[in-house]
Amino acid sequence: MNEPAENREHKSGLNNDEAARMKHLLQGVLPAVGDDAEPDRDLWPAMLRRMDEQSVHRAASVPWFDWALAAGLVVFAAVAPRTIPVILYYL
Amino acid sequence: MQDDGSSVLLRFRQGDVDAFETLFRTHQRAVFGWALRIVRDRGAAEDVTIEAFWRIHQAHARFDSARGFEPWARRIATHAALDWLRRQKPESTVPPEMLESTAAPLASDAAISAEIRRKTTQALGRLPVKLRVAAVLAVVEERPYKEVAEALGITVAAVKLRVFRALRVLRKDLNEMGIKP
Repeated sequence: MNEPAENREHKSGLNNDEAARMKHLLQGVLPAVGDDAEPDRDLWPAMLRRMDEQSVHRAASVPWFDWALAAGLVVFAAVAPRTIPVILYYL
Repeated sequence: MQDDGSSVLLRFRQGDVDAFETLFRTHQRAVFGWALRIVRDRGAAEDVTIEAFWRIHQAHARFDSARGFEPWARRIATHAALDWLRRQKPESTVPPEMLESTAAPLASDAAISAEIRRKTTQALGRLPVKLRVAAVLAVVEERPYKEVAEALGITVAAVKLRVFRALRVLRKDLNEMGIKP
């Protein structure tokens, strides 16, 4: 009637021995990087390039709401052309 | 020394680029090492380090000096590394050369055949990124659960659960490939 304990563990999860064997296998297959890893080169110049690229990109790009405002004005001028001198007067 | 550190952190928080450079030079090795543990590829770890510091630079005003720079940087680097892993093909995230080059193999590793290595690496590559990263950091790198939890932004219990699930899925996958760990 009752399933053997070993089977129950196998179905429900992982017993301690299996977990230990899996850990040992993983540690054997994938060596730990450890605390001595360091980059092959100084990364600061690459960081500076990244910062410069982003600042140029940001300066060159026009925010979406500016485009939306310009589009709105064009549409408004097309729908009501008589308002153009009034808008220009108030600019 | 402490005052110098606090002053640098304060200036960084205000957006000072010189202070950012000081922090970059002080912590780039630690951030690179952490990223390498996750992505397991030196070139990718360099890219992730730069991406992480870029995010750090962008978020300077949100930095909380009470929590320390390194744990904050590690957390940002973890997210940058997770983003990098998610962009990769499932089985290409553990490069074979990395298996040979990261460290000298242990004596017991000789007992693990090339076939088992290959299949285990494949199975690891098929794991969901969240489970794989938790398992690699906690089991392979043997980092404390608390540190892994802080880096992933989850609880220690959640890390333990992810590691347990990762090992269970790996065992099932390996069993299906005819390997009994």
